[in-house]
Amino acid sequence: MMNSAFYDEMTQATGEPRPHYREYCKWLKETAAERLARKQAEADLTFRRLGITFAVYGEEAGTERLIPFDLLPRIIPAQEWKALAEGLRQRVRALNLFIHDIYHNQDILKAGLIPPEQILKNAQYRPEMQGVDVPEGIYTHIAGVDVVRAGAGEFFVLEDNLRVPSGVSYMLEDRKMMMRLFPELFARHKIAPVEHYPDMLLDNLRSCAPKGVSDPTVVVMTPGSYNSAYFEHAFLAQQMGVELVEGRDLFVRDDAVYMRTTQGPQRVDVIYRRIDDDFLDPLAFRQDSMLGVPGLLSVYRAGRVTLANAIGAGVADDKSIYPYVPEMIRFYLGEEPLLNNVPTWMCRKPDDLAYVLDHLPELVVKETHGAGGYGMLVGPAASKDEIARFRELLIAHPTQYIAQPTLALSTCPIFVESGIAPRHIDLRPFVLSGKEIKMVPGGLTRVALREGSLVVNSSQGGGTKDTWVLEE
Amino acid sequence: MLSRTADQLYWMARYIERAENIARLLDVTWQMSLVPQTTDVANRSWLAALNCNGMAQAYLDRHGAVDGAKVLHFLAFDELNASSIYNCLRAARENAHAVRGTLTQEMWETVNSTWLEMAQRAARPLSEVDHGEFFEWVKRRSSLSRGVTFGTMLHDEAFHFIRLGTHLERADNTARLLDVKYHLLAAGLTSGGAGDYYQWGALLRSVSAFEIYRRVYRDVMTPTRVAELLILRDDMPRSLRTCLEAVDAALNKIANRHSAETIRRAGQLHAELRYGRIEDIFADGLHHFLTRFTERISDLGNRIGQDFLLPSLL
Repeated sequence: MMNSAFYDEMTQATGEPRPHYREYCKWLKETAAERLARKQAEADLTFRRLGITFAVYGEEAGTERLIPFDLLPRIIPAQEWKALAEGLRQRVRALNLFIHDIYHNQDILKAGLIPPEQILKNAQYRPEMQGVDVPEGIYTHIAGVDVVRAGAGEFFVLEDNLRVPSGVSYMLEDRKMMMRLFPELFARHKIAPVEHYPDMLLDNLRSCAPKGVSDPTVVVMTPGSYNSAYFEHAFLAQQMGVELVEGRDLFVRDDAVYMRTTQGPQRVDVIYRRIDDDFLDPLAFRQDSMLGVPGLLSVYRAGRVTLANAIGAGVADDKSIYPYVPEMIRFYLGEEPLLNNVPTWMCRKPDDLAYVLDHLPELVVKETHGAGGYGMLVGPAASKDEIARFRELLIAHPTQYIAQPTLALSTCPIFVESGIAPRHIDLRPFVLSGKEIKMVPGGLTRVALREGSLVVNSSQGGGTKDTWVLEE
Repeated sequence: MLSRTADQLYWMARYIERAENIARLLDVTWQMSLVPQTTDVANRSWLAALNCNGMAQAYLDRHGAVDGAKVLHFLAFDELNASSIYNCLRAARENAHAVRGTLTQEMWETVNSTWLEMAQRAARPLSEVDHGEFFEWVKRRSSLSRGVTFGTMLHDEAFHFIRLGTHLERADNTARLLDVKYHLLAAGLTSGGAGDYYQWGALLRSVSAFEIYRRVYRDVMTPTRVAELLILRDDMPRSLRTCLEAVDAALNKIANRHSAETIRRAGQLHAELRYGRIEDIFADGLHHFLTRFTERISDLGNRIGQDFLLPSLL
C-alpha cells in the first residue's frame, strides 16, 4: 500500500506504524470502514450546511465549493514540533527585521548580500513605506509559512506567506469536526489544543495598536462576501468579537480612520486587513479599487492606524527574494538557519535559466509573484505542450520565474472509497508576531487529493486534515 | 454596529417575512381556487394576489393573461421575478452571508439551509410540486428563523434591527392583503352567501387568524370585525397595531442623534392605531385608510434607511 519512494508520516519503511501513530493505528484497526464512511458523509454534510466554503475564481460568479476534509489526522510528535517551531520563530524574526531594514537603512543591500535592484524594482516594494515607523516595528503580524517534509523526513520551507495568508479557519474547523466525529480519539491521545488561536490573534493585534491608544478598536477588513476567503474573514471577526468591515464602511477624516456605525462614526485603531496592498487606498495605489479607503495610507504613515500586515511586507515573501532568507537569518540574527530552504534557480540569472531550460521535465517552475498554485509548472506531471509553453514563457520573461527541484513530498494516508491511500501533504503553521512571536501548535495540513499530485492548494482541488501535535 | 451590517440584517429579516407572506397569500388563493367557482371569479382572485404584491403589471407583461398555475409559478419559483419566494429567500441568504459573523451559528445555518433547500426545490419539475406542502414549508422555515433569532441571539442592536425589519414588512403585508381582499369582497364580485364565507375565511386564514376570530368574536364574520381584528387588536400577532408597537419599541432601542423625527412618526402611527376606532376608519373609508397606512410605512422605511443604514451618512 505504501509507496516506498516517499517519506510516509504514518508508516515506517518496515510497514510498522511510526511510534506517534501507534495508538491511532490501533484505533483504526478496531474501527469498521462503514463507520468511517458514515462519518465522512456526516462531515461533508455539516460543512455544507455551515457554509464553510470557498469561492473559486474563474468559475461562475458566486460559485462556492467545500474544501474536502479528510478524516485521518496528520500527527506530529512533540519533539518534532518543538524543533520546527524554533525554526519558524527564527525565520519570521529575521524576515521582520529584513522588512524593517529595507524600509529604513537598507544595511543588507549596502552589505552586498542582495542586489539592490532585486528589492527596489520589485513590484512588492513600496517606496511609500520608506522611513515610516510602524508600531513595535512589526510588519509580519500574521505569517503563514508553508513547510514540507521531503527526502528522508527533513523539513523544508517552501514559501513565506507574509501578505494575507489564509487557511487558519480551516485549521480550527477541522479540529472542531474531529472532536465532534471522534471524541474517543481525543481521550486516547494528548493533543495540543488550537482553539485559542482567535484570542491569541486579537491579543497580538491589540498589542500593535498605535502609540497612546489604551483600548484599541480592532476590525477585520474584507474585500467582501464574494472573496474566496470570505468565510474565514467572517469567522475570524466573529471569533474575536470585532467588526467585519468592507472598504465602504470606513472613511478618513481629520487624519484618523472611522467606521460608519448606526450610532455615528467610530474611530478604528487596528485593521487586520485581508485585502492586498494594491487595493487598500485608491488615492495611493490602484485608482480603480472600489474595495479600499481613500486616504488610508496617509493616516497609516502618520502612525494613527495600524495595518496588519504592514503595507510593503510582500517584499519579503516574493519568490525571487526567498532564496536570500538563509542569508537574512545569518545577517540579522548571527545564527545558522534551523530550517532548510529549497534550492532555487533564479531564472533572471543566465546560468540558472540555461540549467532550468535544460531540465524542465524534472523541475517545478513558479511565478515570482504567483500564489495559490496558479501559474506554476510541475515538470514531472506536465504534458509536452505545457512544458513547451513554459519554455516560451521563461525565455520571454525570465525575471518572473524561479525553479526548484521537484521535492519528494511526504505522504500521509487519506480515507478513500477503497480504504486508505497515501497522498502528498504540506503544513502551514500560522506565526503571530507582536511583542513576542507566538503560534498555536501545528497548523493547517493541506493534502493533494489526486493520486500522485503534488499541488495541495485548495483552489487546485486540495483538501485539508486535522493536524495533531502530541503533547509529551 | 456598522451601518451596512444593520442594513443587511434589516433586509434579511424583511425578505424572510416577505417570503412567508407571499406563501400565506398564495396558499389561501390556491385553496380558494379549489372551491367551485366561475373562471372569472377565480382569475380575479389570482389577479388580487398579484396586485397585493404590486406585481400585476410585471406578470401581465410576461404572461399576458391571468392563469392560476402561471401566477403560482411566477410568485413562488420564478427566478426572473425579483419578488418571488425563490428570490426573497435568496436575498435573505445573501444578506445573511454578508453579516454571518453577526448572526449566531444557528441563525446562519437556518437561513443558509433554507436557501439551499429552496434551490433544490426550484430545480424539480413543476408537475411534482405539492403546493400545499411547499407553502407549509416556507412558513415553517420562516417560523424557524424567527424562533432561532429569539432563542439564540443576544438582544442587542442587531436583534432590534432584525425585529424592525420583520415588523415593518409584516405591517405592510397585512395592510395590502386586507386592502386587496376587502375590495374583492366589498365589490360584491363573489357569489355572496357561502362564497363570501369562504373568502372571509381565506383572508383570515392567510394571517393565521381564522380560529382567533372565532375565539375573539364568537360570532359570524363581518367585514368590520375582520378589519378591526387585523388593524386594531393588540393581541393579534399580525395586526397593524401589534406590528407598529414592535416597530416603535425597536426604534426606541436603536435611537441615534438623527432619528428623533422617525421615532416621532412611528410613535404617532402607533398611537393612532392604539386609540383608533374601527367606526372612524370605515367612516373615512377603509381603502383610503390602508393606502395612507402603506404610504406611511414606506415613509418610515425610507427614513430608517437615511437615519441608520445608508453608508453615505457620516
